[in-house]
Amino acid sequence: MRKKLVLIGNGMAGVRTVEELLRADPSLYEITIIGKEPYPNYNRIQLSSVLQGDKKIDDIFLNTYEWYSRNGITLHTGEEATLIDRQRKRVLTDKGREIPYDKLIVATGSLPFMLPLPGADKEGVIAFRDIKDCETMMETARHYRKAVVIGGGLLGLEAARGLLNLKMDVTVVHIFHHLMERQLDETAAIMLQAELEKQGMRFLLSKQTTKIMGPKRVTGVMFADGSTEKADLVVMAVGIRPNVEMAKRSGLEVNRGIVVNDYMQTSDPDIYAVGECAEHREIVYGLVAPLYEQGQVLAKHLAGVPTDPYTGSVTFTSLKVSGVDVYSAGEFRDGGNTRAIRIHDEAQGIYKKILVRGNRVAGAVLFGDTSDGQKLFSLIRKRADISAFGKLSLFGGADEAAAGTDWASVPDDEMICGCNGVSKGVIVDAIRNRGCTTVEQIKGCTNASRSCGRCKGQVAEILQHMLSELGESAAAAPVKAGMCGCTTLSHDEVRREIRAKGLRSTREVMHVLGWSNPEGCSKCRPALNYYLGMLFPEDYEDESDSRFINERVHANIQNDGTFSVVPRMYGGVTSPEQLRKIADVAEKYNVRMVKVTGGQRIDLLGVKKEDLPKIWEELDMPSGYAYGKAIRTVKTCVGSTFCRFGTQDSIQMGIDMERKFERLYTPHKVKMAVSGCPRNCAESGIKDIGVVAIEGGWEIYVGGNGGVELRAAELLVTVKSPEEVLEWSGAFLQYYRENAQYLERTSHWIERVGLKHVQDVLADPETRRELNERLDVALSVTKDPWKERVANPELRKQFEPITIG
Amino acid sequence: MPRYWIGNAEDIPRCGARSVFLNGRQFAVFHLSDGSFHAIENRCPHKGGPLSEGIVSGKYVFCPLHDWKIDVTDGRVQAPDRGCVRTYDVEIEGGKIYILLDEANWTEAG
Ligand code: SRM
Ligand SMILES: Cc1cc2nc3c(=O)[nH]c(=O)nc-3n(C[C@H](O)[C@H](O)[C@H](O)COP(=O)(O)OP(=O)(O)OC[C@H]3O[C@@H](n4cnc5c(N)ncnc54)[C@H](O)[C@@H]3O)c2cc1C
Ligand code: SF4
Ligand code: FES
Repeated sequence: MRKKLVLIGNGMAGVRTVEELLRADPSLYEITIIGKEPYPNYNRIQLSSVLQGDKKIDDIFLNTYEWYSRNGITLHTGEEATLIDRQRKRVLTDKGREIPYDKLIVATGSLPFMLPLPGADKEGVIAFRDIKDCETMMETARHYRKAVVIGGGLLGLEAARGLLNLKMDVTVVHIFHHLMERQLDETAAIMLQAELEKQGMRFLLSKQTTKIMGPKRVTGVMFADGSTEKADLVVMAVGIRPNVEMAKRSGLEVNRGIVVNDYMQTSDPDIYAVGECAEHREIVYGLVAPLYEQGQVLAKHLAGVPTDPYTGSVTFTSLKVSGVDVYSAGEFRDGGNTRAIRIHDEAQGIYKKILVRGNRVAGAVLFGDTSDGQKLFSLIRKRADISAFGKLSLFGGADEAAAGTDWASVPDDEMICGCNGVSKGVIVDAIRNRGCTTVEQIKGCTNASRSCGRCKGQVAEILQHMLSELGESAAAAPVKAGMCGCTTLSHDEVRREIRAKGLRSTREVMHVLGWSNPEGCSKCRPALNYYLGMLFPEDYEDESDSRFINERVHANIQNDGTFSVVPRMYGGVTSPEQLRKIADVAEKYNVRMVKVTGGQRIDLLGVKKEDLPKIWEELDMPSGYAYGKAIRTVKTCVGSTFCRFGTQDSIQMGIDMERKFERLYTPHKVKMAVSGCPRNCAESGIKDIGVVAIEGGWEIYVGGNGGVELRAAELLVTVKSPEEVLEWSGAFLQYYRENAQYLERTSHWIERVGLKHVQDVLADPETRRELNERLDVALSVTKDPWKERVANPELRKQFEPITIG
Repeated sequence: MPRYWIGNAEDIPRCGARSVFLNGRQFAVFHLSDGSFHAIENRCPHKGGPLSEGIVSGKYVFCPLHDWKIDVTDGRVQAPDRGCVRTYDVEIEGGKIYILLDEANWTEAG
C-alpha cells in the first residue's frame, strides 16, 4: 500500500516539492493536491510579464493538467482546505470532501496585505497576487485611464510598469522617501526613480495614504497631508503576510508563519509546511529561490533519501521591468562593520556597490549593469574568501560585459539560475551528457530559467559555447572518436570495414564488428543504414526500423506527436493550381497551421499520423524531404527572367538541380540555392551548395551553413554552362556522400578535410565522371516515398493506430 | 485480472511498435527481436513523446523527441535521465495480443 500524501496549496513551492519527490521516488506515495485557484500550477513570478504584455496567461503554466494525471496525482482545483482534522488525519474542504492523509504538506503561500483604510473595499481596489488580479487590471485598463499603485517596492513597480504598458496613466505612492528601500541604497533608488520617470511613471514619495474615496467605485485616494490623487484603479502592493489561518485553526504552532524545523516539519510530525507560509528559524521568505531549497530538503526527507537539513537562505532580488537592470543581494546598507567598494558612472547610468565584511562579500547592489549579479551572489552564498581578488576584479568590468563572457573560464560551481539553484556545471553536464541542445531542453532537464526567466540569455550563451566547443572537437579529432557507445570504431573505420568485408545489413555489421549492444542504439543504427544504402544502392534493402521516425513515416514529428507535410515546390516556384490543392487539403484535414518555410515552400503543420497518407494522396505532389538527412530545397531568386540585375536564369537552374538531385539521401541535410547575381537574394553564401550567376558563367560555392554555426560557403569553382553546374555539383555531392561521416554537414566536413582537398579531387574530369556515374545509380533507385506509401496498403496500414472500443 | 484484446501479433512489426487505443486510452505495444510483446504507456516521461514512434533496439526504445532511452520491459528510463513509464502485462494466445488491466488502474488513469 502506498502512503497517502496530501498537499494543500497548488502553488510554486508545494508543487515543486512534489516534483522533486517524484524525481526521487515516484512509487512511494499516492498524492492528492488541493488548490484554491481554478488552474494547474502556474508561475506567479511571471504575472508581471503577463501584465507587461511579454507573455500570455497560457504561457506561464508550469504544469499541465495532463502532468498531474500522468503522475497519478489527484487534483482538486477551485477547492479550499478549511481544516485539518489531526486526530482522524483528514483534510476537510469547502466542498465537503474529507481527504485522508498519512503525510500532509501545507503550502498555502501568502495573502497580499491590504491596508485597512476606510474605503478599501470599494470597487476598483485590488492587490497583485494571482491570475485573477492580473485579469482585472487588464480589463480595467480597457475602460479606465488613471491608476494609483500604493507601494514602491518590487511588486508595486512591476505592477506600475505593466499598467503603463496597458496605456494607463500611473502614479506610484510610497510611504518612504526612496523606492525599494528593502533592497536598494539611496543612490541606486534615486537612479531607479529617474529611469522609471523617463519611462512615464509618476511618483508621490513620503506619502501616507489615509483614505480611499469614491461612491461605489474608487475615484481617488487621500493622503495624511490632506492632498488627493485621482484614481480609477488602486493596486495595493504594500506587502504580503503568510497565509496561516487554516493552520492556526487546526492547532499547528504558528508565529508569523507556520513554525517548522530544519526538515520543514511543523509541531505535528506528520505535517510539513513549505513556501511563503512557513517560518524557519524566525524567517519567512517571499522569493522562490529559498522556497525551492526548502522543497528540495522536504522532498528528500519524504522520500527517505539522506539530506542535509535546511539551514536558511541568502536571497537576491532583481526587478523585472524592461529597460531597467536592478539587482540586490544580501546586505545593502552602508554601515555595520562593512566596507563598500563602489563604481558610479553617472554618464552611463551604472552604479555598483559591493559590501565587504572581513574577507567576505556581505552584499551587493547593482544598477544599470547587473551582469555581475550571479557571480557576486555565488561569492556571498559560498561565503568565499576574496582576499585574493583585486578590488576591481570583483566586478566583471564593463569591458568584459561588452566583449561577452568567456564561458570556458567561468568556474563550474558558478550559479547561473539563482531561482532554481542551477550552476554552470549542471548546465554543462546537461548539454554534454544528457543530450540537451536547446534552452528549452536544458530547462526541462535542470529547471534552469524555469522561474523568473532572467538567466535565459546566459543559459543560451553557455549552450552556444558548448555546442561550438563540442562541434569543434568533433571536427578536429575526426577519426578517433567511436561512432557511439556501442563500438570503439570510428565512422571512417566502420565504413571501410563494411566495404572491405562486404557486409550487407546493420545486424551483420554489428555482429561482425563486435558491437557491445547487439542491436545497437539510436545513434549507430541510422548511420549504418545510411552507409549501407550509400555503398550498395542497388542491393541494399533499406531498414526502416533503423531509421529515425521522420524518415520512417516521411514527415517531421512535432512536439505534440503530430507531423508536418512539406511538398516539393521546385525552385520555390508554385502555381495557382498547387496552391488551391494545398488550400483544399488544409481545410479538409483541419491542418493546424499553413506556414511558409524558410526554404521557399509551404508547410502543413499539426497533421495526425493517420491522415498523412490521405493528405499525400490528395495533394498528389512529391515529398519535399523536409524531414530527412537528404536533399532539401533549392532556393532561387527571380533572376534574369524578371530582375533588372539578373545575369542568368537562376529559377530554371534551381529547378533543374532540384529535379536532378531530389530524393537523394546524404550524410546530413543538404540545402542549395541559386542566385541570379552576386546580390545573392537566394542566400547562396550560406548553403551547402550555393550557385551564383555572373555575366557569362556560374560560381559554385560549397560548405556554407546558416544554422548553429554560421559559416560562409567557399568558392569551389567557376563554370560556364548550366550542364557544368549540374556536373560539378553532382560530383561534389557524391564525394560528400562517400566520405563524410553520418550527421556531418558539408560545412563541418569541408572544415575538416579542407576545401583545397576537395578541389584537388574534383579537378580531375575522370574522377568527376565516375562520381557522377555512381550518383546516377543512387538516383535511379529512388522512388517518391509518399506515392509509394499511398499505393501500398501494407505500408499504409502502419500509419493507423490500432483502435479498439 | 481482466484482459482485453488489443490486436494481432502480425499487426506489430518486429523491432517496432504500434500505438493502440483501447476505449480511448493509449498504449504503445512493442514487438521485440526475441519475439516478445510488451505494452507500456505511450508517453515519454520527459515531454510526452509518443514512444511507439521511437527506434527500438533490443529491449529499449529511444524516444523520438529527445532520445531518452527506456526499457520497455520494466518501464525504466535509462541513465543519465530519470523516471519511468507504466508497464502492462500482455498475453499472446492464438496470435492474438491481450493486455491485462486491473479494474482499479483502469478507472484511476482512464
Ligand atoms: C520548417 C522550417 C522552419 C520554418 O518554418 O521555416 C524548419 C524546421 C525545422 N528545422 Fe530547420 N527549418 C527550416 C529551415 C531552416 C534553415 C533556413 C534555410 O534552410 O534556408 C536553417 C539554417 C540554414 C542551414 O541549415 O544551414 C535551418 C537550420 C536547422 C538546424 C541547424 C543545422 C545546422 O547544421 O546547424 C536544425 C538541426 C539539425 O538539422 O540538426 C534544424 C532542424 C529543424 C527541425 C527539423 C527540427 C526537428 O528535428 O524537428 C524543424 C522541424 C520543425 C517541425 O516541427 O516541423 N534546422 N532550418 C524550415 C524548413 C525549410 C524547408 O522548406 O525545408
Ligand atoms: C507579481 C509577482 C511577481 C513576483 N516576482 C518574483 C520574482 O521575480 N522572484 C521571486 O523569487 N519571487 C517573486 N514573486 C514571489 C513568488 O511568486 C512567491 O514567492 C511564490 O509564488 C510563493 O510560493 P508558495 O507556493 O509559497 O505560494 P503560492 O505560489 O502563492 O501558492 C499557494 C497556493 O495555495 C493556495 N491556497 C492557499 N490557501 C489554500 C487552502 N486553504 N486550500 C487550498 N489552496 C490554498 C493559493 O490559492 C495558492 O494558489 C512574485 C510574486 C508576485 C505576485
Ligand atoms: S523550426 Fe528550427 S529554429 Fe524554429 S524552433 Fe524548430 S529547430 Fe529551432
Ligand atoms: S519527450 Fe521523450 S525524450 Fe523528450
